[in-house]
Amino acid sequence: MRQEPGQTSPVLEAKQITVVYGKRTVLDVASVQLHPNRVTAIIGPNGSGKTTLSLCLALLLKPTTGSILLDGAAVGDGSMMRARRRFAVVFQEPLLLNTSVWDNVTLGMRLRGFSRAETKQRTLQWLDRFGIASLAQRNAKTLSGGEAQRTSLARAFVLQPEVLFLDEPFAALDVPTRESLFGDMVNILQETRVTTVMVTHDRNEAQTLASRVVMLIGGKIVQEGSSKEVFSSPASEEIAKFVGMENIVEGRVVANNNGIADVSVGGHVVEGVSRCAVGEPVNVFIRPEDITLSLAQSVTSARNHFSGRITALLPTGPLVRVSLDCGFPLVALITRMSADELNLQPGKTVYASFKVTAIHIIAQR
Amino acid sequence: MGMILDGITQAFWLLVHGDRNVLRVATLSLLVSGSATMLSLGVGIPAGSALALKRFPGRTILVSLINTGMGAPPVVVGLIITMFLWRTGPLGATHLLFTPSAMVAAQFVIALPIVSGFTMATIQQLDPKLRLQILSLGASEPQTVWLLLKEARLPLLAAVMAGFGAVISEVGASMMVGANIKGQTQVMTTAIVDATSRGQFDLAIAFSVILLVLVYLVNLILTVIQQRSRAR
Repeated sequence: MRQEPGQTSPVLEAKQITVVYGKRTVLDVASVQLHPNRVTAIIGPNGSGKTTLSLCLALLLKPTTGSILLDGAAVGDGSMMRARRRFAVVFQEPLLLNTSVWDNVTLGMRLRGFSRAETKQRTLQWLDRFGIASLAQRNAKTLSGGEAQRTSLARAFVLQPEVLFLDEPFAALDVPTRESLFGDMVNILQETRVTTVMVTHDRNEAQTLASRVVMLIGGKIVQEGSSKEVFSSPASEEIAKFVGMENIVEGRVVANNNGIADVSVGGHVVEGVSRCAVGEPVNVFIRPEDITLSLAQSVTSARNHFSGRITALLPTGPLVRVSLDCGFPLVALITRMSADELNLQPGKTVYASFKVTAIHIIAQR
Repeated sequence: MGMILDGITQAFWLLVHGDRNVLRVATLSLLVSGSATMLSLGVGIPAGSALALKRFPGRTILVSLINTGMGAPPVVVGLIITMFLWRTGPLGATHLLFTPSAMVAAQFVIALPIVSGFTMATIQQLDPKLRLQILSLGASEPQTVWLLLKEARLPLLAAVMAGFGAVISEVGASMMVGANIKGQTQVMTTAIVDATSRGQFDLAIAFSVILLVLVYLVNLILTVIQQRSRAR
């Protein structure tokens, strides 16, 4: 559900914000802008400051320095509650009160002074939309994890917020519940087109839901751009690792013909798109899922083919991770069915192929 | 053994016949301790909430003072209140010493750290993000505190029980600031001391039984409320 960035002015903006605990700076961000009707994912490893940034934007944490601008105007202490009433936040834990599902879902509307009729109408609509209408009178403390998170999401959506903050709302759920709820969220976000900030460390969630991605490492924004840009052209080794480019091989550019570089890697030459100059030391990144394995060297459009010996096979669910020694280490991710059909065994020699466009080359620092 | 049985029998008759002195002492005990508990809830719950939710200079010292106060000996509290209310003391002009009001003041000082300490611990046990969640729904700061207290209502009832239990059963402070004047400031605990020192075991046992039954009934009511809320 990629939404192309519009040329609108930002709804919400963080400017020169820092958050300092004691002597430790946990967040140092020059600028983040949220444009209307867009889903922005804040991604990064644990402890990178994702939640801190999201809490600052949601006006739930006052930054040590800097300001948050709503519709271009800085939000001061006096207007904090009024500004917050234009947002809704869903945390990783459902954080429901010890009362009925209905009372939980209506709480925000009651606090914001909605009429009884509107509260009832919207609550019925969203309880139904999240498939929890039959649970309305149940005590929230007796719900399952999935039901509780659906209640928490309904509590946010009834408010029809101008900006919705989702702080890893699926992270604490088991896989089937997560998949079902995630599917619903994809549809709902597409229908409502609500401006959304989504904190996640799950690459798939970010890729599926977000049009913009803000990547944080060590409290600083290390890359910001369209989802496609960040995931296919990471700006550094750290980002490449985070976005799933698991194969990282050191090499040196030996030729460059109109942006197609030949990189010498462990006595072999790998071809990839790069502007790096001849002689420059580089790192070559390849996603395991972009590597194809075969028993014989076949003629395809892929320009990189290497024979390698299987050193290990690691089944992970429906997939198998195949570790190869091609003169340099390589990990491929294939389906269990393919592994069975190729009768892959440790010690066996196979051919690994990948396209020029599948690899990403970054100059070494 | 005979003396104890005699005492219990006579206590039973005193209770059955509704002895006026016994009833007056029991009523005053309830009034003094009930008022002190209510006052301590009025001050202690907001104070405990503020200590749990706010960060300010001197907070740690205040928390450690409250923790110390939770175990403060009632006689020491009695001494301090007596000195304040003494004719030449800072509040001597109020002429409150040796009145039920002085006893309420002393018991309030005993119950306050207990109620504040329990409230603080109770709120701190809630998920810290719950406060943020409530604020994000559009609540003001006072609304947020109210909702957090409602969420912590079950353990907060324990604060009420602990506060009331501490003051209804204390004797040192009541004796010092009330002087155990019969018909005026005598409460059950001081009456038990007085009757025992005179060898009137029947009376002492009668007061003891009433005291135990009263404490039990108050705690029974609070426990029923607590468990009913839990079952809902």
